[in-house]
Amino acid sequence: MNIHEYQAAEILASHGIPVNPGRVASTPEEAKEIAQEIGKLVAVKAQVHTGGRGKAGGIKIAKDPNSAREAADAILGMDIKGHIVRKVLVASGVEIAKEYYLGIVLDRPQRRVTVMASAEGGVDIEQVARDTPEKIVRALADPMLGLHPYQAREVGFSLGIPAALVPGFAAIVLNLYKAYVATDATLAEINPLILTKDDRWLALDSKMSFDDNAMFRHPHLEELRDLEEENLTELEAKRSGISFVKLDGTIGCIVNGAGLAMATMDAVKLHGGEPANFLDVGGGASASQVAKAFTLVTADPEVRAIFINIFGGITRGDVVADGITTAMREVGVQVPIVVRLAGTNSEEGRAILSAAGMTAVDTMDEAAAAVVRAAN
Amino acid sequence: MSILVDKNTRLLVQGITGREGSFHTEQMVEYGTNVVAGVTPGGLGKSVAGVPVFDTVAEAVAATQPNVSIIYVPARFAPDAVYEAVDNGIPFVVCITEGIPVLDMAPVYAYVRAKGARLLGPNCPGIITPGEAKVGIMPGFIHRPGSVGLVSRSGTLTYEVVDALTKAGMGQSTAIGIGGDPIIGTSFVDALALFQADPKTEKIVMIGEIGGTDEEDAAAFIKAHVTKPVVGFIAGRTAPPGKRMGHAGAIISGGAGTAAEKIAALEAAGVPVADRPSAVPGLLR
Repeated sequence: MNIHEYQAAEILASHGIPVNPGRVASTPEEAKEIAQEIGKLVAVKAQVHTGGRGKAGGIKIAKDPNSAREAADAILGMDIKGHIVRKVLVASGVEIAKEYYLGIVLDRPQRRVTVMASAEGGVDIEQVARDTPEKIVRALADPMLGLHPYQAREVGFSLGIPAALVPGFAAIVLNLYKAYVATDATLAEINPLILTKDDRWLALDSKMSFDDNAMFRHPHLEELRDLEEENLTELEAKRSGISFVKLDGTIGCIVNGAGLAMATMDAVKLHGGEPANFLDVGGGASASQVAKAFTLVTADPEVRAIFINIFGGITRGDVVADGITTAMREVGVQVPIVVRLAGTNSEEGRAILSAAGMTAVDTMDEAAAAVVRAAN
Repeated sequence: MSILVDKNTRLLVQGITGREGSFHTEQMVEYGTNVVAGVTPGGLGKSVAGVPVFDTVAEAVAATQPNVSIIYVPARFAPDAVYEAVDNGIPFVVCITEGIPVLDMAPVYAYVRAKGARLLGPNCPGIITPGEAKVGIMPGFIHRPGSVGLVSRSGTLTYEVVDALTKAGMGQSTAIGIGGDPIIGTSFVDALALFQADPKTEKIVMIGEIGGTDEEDAAAFIKAHVTKPVVGFIAGRTAPPGKRMGHAGAIISGGAGTAAEKIAALEAAGVPVADRPSAVPGLLR
């Protein structure tokens, strides 16, 4: 789950990290009022769940309240990579002496949480990681003991931060690690972390994402979810235990298992079609789950045919087939359906499906070819 | 021979009286797996498919000497179940449970390794040595004993490939599902090393997917250490970046973890990569 910059800043501030003061506005007038309160140069920043806001014109500097209003007027409603800007953060302008990058993520190969820092701040860190990996300093946290203060200091010294400023930097590193652990984050990032001209550390821009599997122990974080930023169909699917991701094609996919669901999309593409979605109904493929899946897939007006790919396994194919036909009647599906059904009793299952007017085959390749024909 | 489980496996089932645990215990017993005990706190004296149930792993170990444990308990209790198994000296623990928070898994992984034990999963279908032991949730009947070792991050996609192999007359030495989470106990490299060392395994199939760099690490390992023929398949060629594809670990982040990169790495290591599951047996011949 992702949250906005201003929300991440609040979490970091509550963990003792100095953040740039500001408030969020949803109208140009509000932006003007906040700028008036701040009483000096401000930054007006689009609040959307995507990067590259600066390049898209979503961040503007305003020297007085009226220009803050104009800036907010220009930014609100802007479309940044498919995200409509509904809020702006109006934050105090600061004089930057030096910019750093500081982030905490999981290092998957090491199976440990790692600090990543760079003296090249304010830029795309993934670009730095690709082009000049030697400019990134890392420190792996012990999975039992956490991150030690000496590691935070080491990072500071490795970045060439003057000794007198290292304690302040190290405190931010340790507090960012604490915030990451306390919230089950998957990313906690300050970019840039700046040093002001009067030698103060300040988190100028923050970003956090959280582990969906851990949300059960963070009900307060769930409240930070911005429904405007979420794909509502994906959210609705998740509530039913279905993994769903919307894509741009015309062939709706309903599959049991995430790996097979990806392979099914790939098979559609291989046969000249375009998948309309990723969908994993979960194990078993019960009638109620398939009915829910039909509802999700047919809600997309672009869908011209549906590809159901079920490897029955332990679940009997005739039971799955009964479920599919029941679900099809309940939902009233209007587009052609091609079903690939394998596993125990799959022949009986295919007979039931054919009798209900669906194309039922026993291999993925045949099914992919048939569904692409049906969609064209 | 085979890897990790065989006819000498004495299996303990943690969470045996739950819906999943009891169903799959019946399936495993029916397949012929030697399930010696189950554990559910408060379950002492019960039995599932003829398997005696104990309150604690310590009691089950004292009474039945299991050497493998499989975990079917819900996500928020699963790490505790792994610790209980490892602390009682069980050397190999298979965790089927899906949805364990990543920050719970980091210490579990480190602890299991420090104790010299091995963890498979979590969020995996388990492991099967056809005709000897099925320790997991996979449909047993699609497998045949043979000489192809199979390792995969997925569940149903593995069944798909196993089914294709069996239909092509190629049996399996062992099929192992390593799981779809960001932190898993046994990696591709670990499984490849075991297959390379196993005299019964002649050829290896490796099924990967988007996210992380485990497939790239596997490619490097194959180039350096694996002399047996390996064939690959990578799911998610059409997956968009930044979106989690069902599995917690299946996400292309920051442009890394794409199917294209993984395919390129495997091909550079001399591993032919099938463009569809049904093409795997042909490339293996």
